[in-house]
Amino acid sequence: MAESVETENGEGGDASRRDFIHIAAGAAAVGAGAMLVWPLINSMNPAADTLALASIEFDISKVQEGQQVVIKWQGKPVFVRYRTPREIQEAVVAPMSALKDPQADGDRIKAGHQQYLVLLGNCTHLGCIPTFGAGDFGGWFCPCHGSHYDTSGRIRKGPAPTNLVVPEYAYLSDTRIKIG
Amino acid sequence: MSEHASTYVPKSGVEKWLDTRLPIIRFGADYMSLPTPKNLNYWYTFGGILALCLIVQIASGIILAMHYVPNTEMAFASVERIMRDVNGGDLIRYTHANGASMFFIAVYIHMLRGLYYGSYKAPREMIWIIGCLIFFLMIATAFLGYVLPWGQMSYWGAEVITNLIGAIPLIGEPVLIWLRGGPAIDNATLNRFFSLHYLLPFVIAGCVVLHLWALHTAGQNNPVGILIPKDREKKDMLPFHPYFTVKDGFAIILFLILFATFVFFMPTALGHADNYIPANPLVTPAHIVPEWYMLPFYAILRAIPDKFGGVVAMFAAIGVLFILPWLDTSKVRSMRYRPTMRTFFIIFVIVALILGWCGAQLPDAPVIGEFKTFILIDGDLNSYLWLTRFTTAYYFAFFLIIMPLVGLRETPQPIPATISEPVLSGGYAMTAAAPASAEKKG
Amino acid sequence: MTLQTNIRAMKKTLVLIAAVAGLGLAAQPALAAGEKHTPRSGGFSFEGPFGTFDQGQLQRGYKVYREVCASCHSMDLMHFRTLAEPGGPFYESGQASPAENRFVKALAKEAQIGDIDTETGEPLMRDGTPADRFPNPYPNPTAAAAANGGAAPPDLSVMAKARHDGANYIYSLLTGYAAVPQGLQMRPGQNYNKYMSGDLTPFMPEGAEVPPGGFIAMANPLSTGQVTYDDETVASVDQMAKDVAAYIAWASDPKQVQRKQAGLGVMIFLFLFAGITYLSYRRIWKGVAH
Repeated sequence: MAESVETENGEGGDASRRDFIHIAAGAAAVGAGAMLVWPLINSMNPAADTLALASIEFDISKVQEGQQVVIKWQGKPVFVRYRTPREIQEAVVAPMSALKDPQADGDRIKAGHQQYLVLLGNCTHLGCIPTFGAGDFGGWFCPCHGSHYDTSGRIRKGPAPTNLVVPEYAYLSDTRIKIG
Repeated sequence: MSEHASTYVPKSGVEKWLDTRLPIIRFGADYMSLPTPKNLNYWYTFGGILALCLIVQIASGIILAMHYVPNTEMAFASVERIMRDVNGGDLIRYTHANGASMFFIAVYIHMLRGLYYGSYKAPREMIWIIGCLIFFLMIATAFLGYVLPWGQMSYWGAEVITNLIGAIPLIGEPVLIWLRGGPAIDNATLNRFFSLHYLLPFVIAGCVVLHLWALHTAGQNNPVGILIPKDREKKDMLPFHPYFTVKDGFAIILFLILFATFVFFMPTALGHADNYIPANPLVTPAHIVPEWYMLPFYAILRAIPDKFGGVVAMFAAIGVLFILPWLDTSKVRSMRYRPTMRTFFIIFVIVALILGWCGAQLPDAPVIGEFKTFILIDGDLNSYLWLTRFTTAYYFAFFLIIMPLVGLRETPQPIPATISEPVLSGGYAMTAAAPASAEKKG
Repeated sequence: MTLQTNIRAMKKTLVLIAAVAGLGLAAQPALAAGEKHTPRSGGFSFEGPFGTFDQGQLQRGYKVYREVCASCHSMDLMHFRTLAEPGGPFYESGQASPAENRFVKALAKEAQIGDIDTETGEPLMRDGTPADRFPNPYPNPTAAAAANGGAAPPDLSVMAKARHDGANYIYSLLTGYAAVPQGLQMRPGQNYNKYMSGDLTPFMPEGAEVPPGGFIAMANPLSTGQVTYDDETVASVDQMAKDVAAYIAWASDPKQVQRKQAGLGVMIFLFLFAGITYLSYRRIWKGVAH
């Protein structure tokens, strides 16, 4: 696009755009642009204070048998439920064919601690918080669009596509868990 | 040099479709091929540098605004959170703070270039006036932005400058309360300053568009200061791209080296330590000073003993720039050929630097050594108070007295007939001969 | 234009920029009579474009802050987890994240943080976690001033940036307590320090030479052996002052060393970029008289 230019000594000032030096300068300019833009984009990633709250510890001895406690983690509700033996039994014997999102109860708890369920308290349909103990399966019932969850937090009936999410968590001791 | 005819020819189908509906590619192609005088020197790269500064300030500012909290209880802490916890936040904050200083370094050089080469003279008055408007908006933006970190200087600088509004007779006090949103500078003030600080840069961007439009209409000036006639276009001008895009790019990189030196190695050098003390309405800092780029105007403000007179003088110092095209009576544009005016211009630059220095000094402090001379009216002669007054007097005299008079009385040097002529002759060999004599070679 | 005129023009521009920058740098308020001493140099490792913090010094400095200063001076803008950021006093290279650092967890646990009971809402004190801020010794600024004779001890989070030549100033101040000069009329509750800003002219007899420095409400906080360093460094007043000044300098800007290191890379890139672009520019303009 560089037009040929008349100069006093007659030579065209036409700069060949394929000269290596121009490509190198152009490449360096693109590199500089990326170096300028990247910190701006990265600054929108979670900041150090947000990341520090990425995991919390919780004393599960606070939960009564047959009850649940709701705690807040990363801005979302987490259900910690102490299941009765009957609720555990119902969860274990449920056939896989009856589940929309088949998953064994054993895969949703930690070995040796099957009485405790730790679940994210957002319905997998559109995010409302299901009510404890309601619904046809004794687990949870989401009042927004009628999803029923069983005593393992698995979806049984209703529009939700998947089971209530089990977050990453671990037992630090028999009475203390770390979520996240 | 009037508007240039478009030489763009759309090639592909998409280009033709777009050209009849929204000719942005034509606009871009015409911009890139714009004939530009080939004798532009490096002083002319500061326009491009300023465009970069505006983009950097807006980009970094928008990101900072994602984390900053404009509340008196949280502002200082939110800035420190940006420095510590936000990814790359320290770099973005220091870029924005030092970027303001870099913006002003560039704009002062850009304005001095305009003064020296007579770029404010006909037919380029509107470019100059819009430029002055941009400068005024920059000062306003910088003042508003400095209040936001809510340090001691933020608060007390805002206190001093808004108090000046109160000095206006009759309407001053009610306007002051309206501006502050209350009897004192508080949350209401901080919130609205944040809103306005976010707004004004986009007003500046709009003015920059007008500034460039006016430039393309009147044509780019050049160091020789002569208008380039159409028949000299092919010989004396070069397309903007790649000749001046790459030159501007190179100058921008050199500018970035200076910018990076501040941001990475001395980020607090141009600021004031007191602004890292959280604002306290009950404790005044020992010396209240604005940022360095406002010091000349701060000096002028303090030079006049009357409070309202100082306000008028300070605004007049910027206001006089707007009428500059009509103050200069010279027929010659470039000070290259106006040796008398050039001398006054150099003195003006030195005076401006001295004014800046004075702005940071205590008025009572002695200038030379420690000795006292005699009291002249209200202060010792050997004091910054009087140095400021003498330099302020020169500042205004330069525009209001020297420019009109020198233009009428001086004998400028002969101006070359074409811009190519000084180069070919190996120096500033002057002939007042017809353009035909310039066709020496080729 | 020839290379000569190019370079001359660029030099002129750079000189002008340097002059303006120099003006900016030099634009300090004028010194009044009897001004404080210029701070003594603490010989800090982090000064200069290639400086880095000595992690051992930062750890000692943190201990001095925690055991001596923190009883009166808050550091509200610091979190425990920041201590484990890269370049910080307790950073360990294998750590999962600063909040998971084992030293920081232990240090945070030592602190008692005010909180509310999650079930009853009653206020209580609990063990600190890395995510917590440093606890403030006073519940609010009024209490801080009332407990200290009307002068609230300033927060130290950014103290090294809040004073000119901050680290050296803090070091000098802490070692700057001296015998009261002859004839100086002491104000009640004040101490004399050679490095404190202020004008002592009104407190000296007429015509007497005004000593440098000013009054400071804080009595000399450091005494030899006050802190027992874990690395068995001798805890002299000079050593403790240097260490805590270095720690405060780090806390004021925890990312400064990373920034300087990134800056080196950026400068190298920019110089190379400038060189390549200049060659491209010369190539484009080759043979064009201008």
